Amino acid sequence: MYQILTGPVLWLSFAVFITGCAVRIILYIKGLDWQADRVAYTAHMSYGLKGAVRSIVLWLFPFGTRSWRVNPVFSTVFFIFHICLIFTPVFLLAHNIILKQRFGFSLPALPGPLADIMTVALIASVVFMVLRRIALSEVRILTTFYDYLVLAITAAPFITGFFAHHLSSGYSFWINAHILSGEIMFVTIPFTKLSHFVLFFMSRGQLGMDYGIKRGGMKGKSFSW
Amino acid sequence: MPEGILCNKKTVDTKEQLDALLSDKNGKQYYEEMNHLEVDTDALWASIQKTLKSRLKTWLEICAHCGLCAESCFFYIANNRDPKQVPSYKIQSTLGEMVKRKGKVDNAFMQMCMETAFAKCSCCTRCGIYCPHGIDMGIMFGYLRGLLFSQGFTPWELKIGSGMHRVFHAQMDVTTEDWVETCQWMEEEYEDDWPKLKIPIDVENADIIYTLNAREPKHYPDDIAEAAILFQIAGENWTVPSEGWEETSLAMFAGDWGACKIQVESVYKAMERLKPKRMVVTECGHAYRATVIEGPYWAGLKTGQTPVESIHYVEWVAEALRTGKLKIDPSKKIKEPVTYQDSCNYVRNAGLANIPREIMSYIAEDFREMKPCREHNFCCGGGGGLNGIGLYRQQRNVGLKVKRDQILETGAKLVIAPCHNCWDAIRDLEEVYHIGIRWSFLKPLLLSMVEVPEHLKPRDE
Repeated sequence: MYQILTGPVLWLSFAVFITGCAVRIILYIKGLDWQADRVAYTAHMSYGLKGAVRSIVLWLFPFGTRSWRVNPVFSTVFFIFHICLIFTPVFLLAHNIILKQRFGFSLPALPGPLADIMTVALIASVVFMVLRRIALSEVRILTTFYDYLVLAITAAPFITGFFAHHLSSGYSFWINAHILSGEIMFVTIPFTKLSHFVLFFMSRGQLGMDYGIKRGGMKGKSFSW
Repeated sequence: MPEGILCNKKTVDTKEQLDALLSDKNGKQYYEEMNHLEVDTDALWASIQKTLKSRLKTWLEICAHCGLCAESCFFYIANNRDPKQVPSYKIQSTLGEMVKRKGKVDNAFMQMCMETAFAKCSCCTRCGIYCPHGIDMGIMFGYLRGLLFSQGFTPWELKIGSGMHRVFHAQMDVTTEDWVETCQWMEEEYEDDWPKLKIPIDVENADIIYTLNAREPKHYPDDIAEAAILFQIAGENWTVPSEGWEETSLAMFAGDWGACKIQVESVYKAMERLKPKRMVVTECGHAYRATVIEGPYWAGLKTGQTPVESIHYVEWVAEALRTGKLKIDPSKKIKEPVTYQDSCNYVRNAGLANIPREIMSYIAEDFREMKPCREHNFCCGGGGGLNGIGLYRQQRNVGLKVKRDQILETGAKLVIAPCHNCWDAIRDLEEVYHIGIRWSFLKPLLLSMVEVPEHLKPRDE
C-alpha cells in the first residue's frame, strides 16, 4: 500500500495538481475580455500590473487592508490557518528527509516542537472556522455541505500526519491515511473551491487591474484597499 | 411566447411606446403584465453562455462563503443584519442559481431576481473591496440586471428611462430645441445680476465642453446658469453641445446595454464635432461613471478612454481653486460644521477621493468626514437607479438609515453632495427621518463665496 501511495499515486496526484492549476490559470486569462469586463487590460498594461500587484500584495499581509483590519479575530485565525497550511508541510523535517533521499536536496526544516504547534494551530483554526460557520448567521446562510467538505479535505492530512507521528500504535494506518489524504487534497485543488490556491491571485489581480486602469488608477490615485 | 403590451422583451425605441408606458400610472398594468411574462430560457442560457466569462464565472465559483462581505453592505446593516441581505447570499441565490439551473428558471424566480438586483443592491461595489477574493458583487448585479432586462424584467421607471435614451438621447424627454431654449432662457433670466452671462452653444475648439444631467434643463435650470456664471468668473473658454449634452444613463441602471451605447456615442459625437480640449461633467456621479468610465467600453473604444480627456465637475472646481481662477472670499467660507457625501461612482469607482478634500480645504472652516469615508464610504442609499423606482420606495427608505446615522455622527447640519443621486437620497432622507439637515450641490455654495471680478459685476452695484 505504502509503496503504491508513495509511488505512482503520488506522481499522478502531483501531475493532476500541477497540470490542473496551470490549466485554470490559462483558462482564466484566456477568458478575460476587455470589452465584456470593461477593463482595457492590454492598452494600459503597466497601470494594470501595478494595480494587480498592489491588490494581491496588500491582501497577502495580515491587516494590510481595511477588510482585514475591521475583522481582527477572523483575520488572525485566517492567516494562522493559511501560514500553517503552506509552511508546515513544505518545511517539515520528515518531508525534507524524504526529499533528500529521493532527489538529493532538501529545504531548511522546522524544529519538531514548532511543527507540532503549527499543526495543532491549523487544526484549531479549522475548528474555529467550523464553529464560526455554525455560530454566525451571516456565515451560516452561505454555508453548504461543500464548505465543510473543503475544510475536511484541508484538515485531513494534518490530523492524520499528527496521529502518525504521535500515536504509539497504528502507525502504518495513519501514515497511509496521511499520504492518501494529502494526495486527495492535491487532486481536488484544481477542481474545487480549493482552486483559489491559484485563482485567488488571478481574481485579485483582475480586480487590481480594474482599479488600476479604469477605476481611478490612471488618475494618479492608487486604491486604498 | 406570451408578452405584455407594455411589459415585454422588446426595447422601447419610439415615442409612441414611451407614451404608452408613461400613461400607465405607477406601472400598474406593466407590473400586472410582468406576472404573466414568460421566460425565454433558451435565449437566457444562450446569453449567459456567451457573456459569462472567466471573471464572473470564477467569482461565482470561488466564493469561500466567509461572510466578510456582510458588514460591507449598507442594506445588510440597515435591515438589522438580516442574513438574506448578505451580498454573497444575494448574488448566489440569484445569478448563481440561474447559472446552476442553466437558465431554466420561471417567472417567479425572475421577479425575485429583479427585486434583489434593484431593491437590495445599488451596485455601489463596496462589497467588492471587502472580499479577500476580490469578488465584486456590484459588478455581478449589474450583469444580472442586463440579463433581466433582456427578458423584460426591469422596473417600470427604468424601462421608460432606457427608452428615453433610445428616443431622446437623454433620460427625460428633453429635445434639442428644449435644451437650447433652456440655455437661452437662463441667459435672460439671469440678465439683471449677470448682464454678460452667455451659455455658448456649439462653439468649436473650446477649452471645455460642458455636459450635464437632463434633470438640470428639465427641473433645475438654475444649475445650468450657476455653471455658466462660475465658468465665466473663472474666465473659461467653454461651450455646451446642442446635441450630445446628456451624460446620465438610466440605461446603465436598467442593464440595457444597447441604449448605453447609443447614449454615450451621442456625447462622443459631440466631442468629435466640436473638438474641445476636454470635457467637464456636471455634479453627477453615475453620469460620470456611465459616460467617462464605462462608456468607452460600450462604444468599443479599445483605449477605454473617452475621445477627449474628461473630468468631473469636482475636478474642475479643485483645479480652478488651485490655480486661482476661482477665488474664495475668506469671510464667506462655510463656518458651520459641514460634511461631504463621497459618491460611489466617482470616488470609489473613479479614484477622485482626494479631490473633494482639496475643495473643502478652500471653502469650509469646519469640515467633518463621515466615517468611513473616501473609497470606503457607504452608498447614499439611492444609487443604482433605486431613487427612481416607486415599487421599491420602502426598501430604499430603510436603506437610507445608514447614511442618516453617518451624517448624524458628524454633527454637521450641512451636507455637500455633488451627485444628483446622493443629493436626492439625502433630501429624501430628511423628508423621511427629519434629522434637521440641509444639503447642497457645490455650485450654489461656490457662487455665494466666490470673489467676482469687477468687469462681471452688475452695473448698479
